[in-house]
Amino acid sequence: MFSRFVVSCISLLFDGLAFGMVLFLISIGMSITMGVMRVVNLAHCGFAMIGGYLAFMLMTQAHLPFAAAVPLAVLGTMLLGALLERTVYAWIYAQSELGQVLMTIGLTFVMIATANAMFGSTVQNIPVPAALHGTYQLGAISLPVYRLFLIAVSCVCAAGIWYVLERTQVGAKLRAAVDNVRMAACIGMNVKAFFGITFAIGCGFAGLGGALGADMFPLEPYYALNYLVLVLIVVSVGGLGSIKGTLIAALTLGMIDTLGRYFVPGAGGLVIYLATLVLLLLRPQGLYGKKMS
Amino acid sequence: MKSIIRNVLPAEALPSYRLRLADALPWLVALGAFFMFDTYMSLGAQILIMVIFGISLDLALGFAGINTLGHAAFFGVGAYAAGYYSLHVSAEPLSGLLVAALAAGVIGLLSGWLLLRTSGLALLMLTMVTTVVLHEVANTWRDVTGGADGLSGIETSPLLGTFAFDLYGKTAYLYALAVLFVVFIAMRVIVNSPFGLAIRGIRENSKRMLLVGTPVHAKLILAYTLSAAIAGIAGALSAEITRTVGLDLLSFQLSGNILIMLIIGGVGRLYGAFIGIPLYMLLLDRAAAIDPFHWMFFVGIALILLVRFAPGGLLALAQQLRQRLVLRLTTPVKENK
Amino acid sequence: MTLASPMVDAAAVATTAVVMLETRGLCKRYGAIEVTRNVDLCIERGARHALIGPNGAGKTTFVNLVTGVTEPSAGSIYLGGREVTSASAQKRVAAGLARTFQINTLFADLTVAENIAIALSQRLGLAWKLWGRPAAHAEVVEQAAALLEQLGLLTLAARRVNALAYGQRRMLEIAIALALKPQVLLLDEPAAGIPNGESGMILDLLERLPADIAILFIEHDMNLVFRFAKKITVLVEGAVLVEGKPDDIRADERVRNVYLGRRHD
Repeated sequence: MFSRFVVSCISLLFDGLAFGMVLFLISIGMSITMGVMRVVNLAHCGFAMIGGYLAFMLMTQAHLPFAAAVPLAVLGTMLLGALLERTVYAWIYAQSELGQVLMTIGLTFVMIATANAMFGSTVQNIPVPAALHGTYQLGAISLPVYRLFLIAVSCVCAAGIWYVLERTQVGAKLRAAVDNVRMAACIGMNVKAFFGITFAIGCGFAGLGGALGADMFPLEPYYALNYLVLVLIVVSVGGLGSIKGTLIAALTLGMIDTLGRYFVPGAGGLVIYLATLVLLLLRPQGLYGKKMS
Repeated sequence: MKSIIRNVLPAEALPSYRLRLADALPWLVALGAFFMFDTYMSLGAQILIMVIFGISLDLALGFAGINTLGHAAFFGVGAYAAGYYSLHVSAEPLSGLLVAALAAGVIGLLSGWLLLRTSGLALLMLTMVTTVVLHEVANTWRDVTGGADGLSGIETSPLLGTFAFDLYGKTAYLYALAVLFVVFIAMRVIVNSPFGLAIRGIRENSKRMLLVGTPVHAKLILAYTLSAAIAGIAGALSAEITRTVGLDLLSFQLSGNILIMLIIGGVGRLYGAFIGIPLYMLLLDRAAAIDPFHWMFFVGIALILLVRFAPGGLLALAQQLRQRLVLRLTTPVKENK
Repeated sequence: MTLASPMVDAAAVATTAVVMLETRGLCKRYGAIEVTRNVDLCIERGARHALIGPNGAGKTTFVNLVTGVTEPSAGSIYLGGREVTSASAQKRVAAGLARTFQINTLFADLTVAENIAIALSQRLGLAWKLWGRPAAHAEVVEQAAALLEQLGLLTLAARRVNALAYGQRRMLEIAIALALKPQVLLLDEPAAGIPNGESGMILDLLERLPADIAILFIEHDMNLVFRFAKKITVLVEGAVLVEGKPDDIRADERVRNVYLGRRHD
């Protein structure tokens, strides 16, 4: 009996881990764009939704296999992100914080309406390839293969992002820009192009999260708003512009949410939100964010 | 003697909202609607309630410059307080309003004291999270709030003992209109007062206010608390008139909606709520019947264009147009050589 | 809170200069960088005291420390004999300290008169009143009109700040501080950004300031400094280099070196 409890705990933790990793993928882009460009971008979850819908469209209408559809969806999301960044976001940058909130909410509304017009309001499933079906038996514990795949991909992404940021020149430039945009421009960084590329990459990760995580984050037009609060919490608790912070916050939230839903339904949310409130009151910059003067 | 001294400053040096003929307009329209559209009274009452809510947000956001994404917290607390009061203490509506104002005001005081030390993005986040926390509390505290089912079967005794609430919602409409009138007068007095000037100063430049000796934090808390109390009154009206209270009154979506509606009308201008909210709600009512998603599309585009080209909202746009028209009409026609 | 609380007693007035503002060993460190080093400064009633020094010497930081915007790492500050080192900026203003900013820090969307009225209503204790138009308060109107007339801004009283010329905004910046009827006035580069030919307005204003206010002003404009200052402190790299009468400072070798560089013979 005890071992059964342990088994269900482990599989719950595993689910929480998977959920947290997808949340990380979706949130990391927002953390970086908000940290670097200091733009409140409430439309970020919309890009995750776009990635999901693109993958869905490529698989069901263009009949592409999963392995091709997902990367193409990510690419598509990046292109769309880059396009919007040059156009609509140019207006958004010039606004006050409240103005940015309003404009990005407006953009989110447009995304939701468009998604509904194209795909209807029912939840869409992204078919998982046969190779990733089934479960992997680890002793008494059965772990869904797809979730393992998710965790693996997310880990690779996290490691990749960490590597680029900490070990490459590009990463150093990005960290410099997070620290002090004006100085970075003064030392010759092409800030505009940099922002554009960073934004697109952030959208790409969100799209990846949307495409891969469709079973835990159901794909429907209101996706863009449903998870906004959660992603905002991850980003602000973790600290803007911090990979480590976003990862820790996303995993913690994922665990609490999954465990809470099983053990104390309803209270899980309360724990998360209260903890966020207390943390942000004591440390407005989040766990690893830069302290504002 | 005093009036001579008072003319020492040029006109409009210390501008304030003065009574003009046009001020009677919104009330005449509201009364006109009562007589002409008497089958739409429930929608009408809803609009009036939202206008009160919008005015409360305007006090915090438009006049004090407090960026908040969490005003629904006070609306919801007021609604639940009034609902609970009606179910367990007394169904008398006016005391219900007071209870709600008190409850929401206390929450406003506490959260203001905690949150208003921050500003900008952190404040937006904190206000949002506060609303969500209260939402979860209401969700779990079934005994008091009814949890996900909310409160229902709320009784509302006749107003002042004589005016019973009828099925058509006529009493409700006039009740809401009367409360709106009182709230509006109060708001106008506050905004025109030295305190009103001080909070506008804080909105413009809080650093300067500090160095002028103003206890900025304390003033912001008062503005926030007053704003919360008014929002609580709006929530109470909602509970008393619709006779139900649900979790959607404590939601981030409601905070967002009232913000959008107010921005469309124009913040910091007293009448912004009167324009933006009825317009939005009437259009929504029509559009929701057709396709809610088309509505979302247009609102989204409108928001982007509005913030970019008309940040003062429709009211500012109207004022600019009026000025331009006046200019064109009064400038003598130049001869073309 | 009004400024009625006596900071000086009658006997002291009759005797020698009364110290209105004093700092003792004031220090400010940001990590390993010392921005303010052991600054001792003494400003008496009626003083016209200039604080000069090259860019980056820490003059504005010093004013921020004195006004309470920045917290000192060490040392103490006294206002009218009372210690205010841990008092908030707001309390120091209430105790009689006022400052202007190097960069205009005004209420952009409000009228000139409203800018003054805010300061006046704060000083007159009206700022918590929830009713009554400011224009209906005779004291506010009279005092605002009087002050604006003194500064030659009365005709601009109804204009919004963002419609004013730069020089007029500079005057308003000082006007707000004067509206507080301070006993110690800190002016941070009052003539900043005003071309030499047009600084007449500011010069006239400074000359007409009440004789019993203690004034400390930061300035780069040496004409202004040598015209008004009765005492000059030279701040270099956060520390006081030398302090004395204008003629002595002018002749001081060290000051010359700091500003013009050392002579190489």
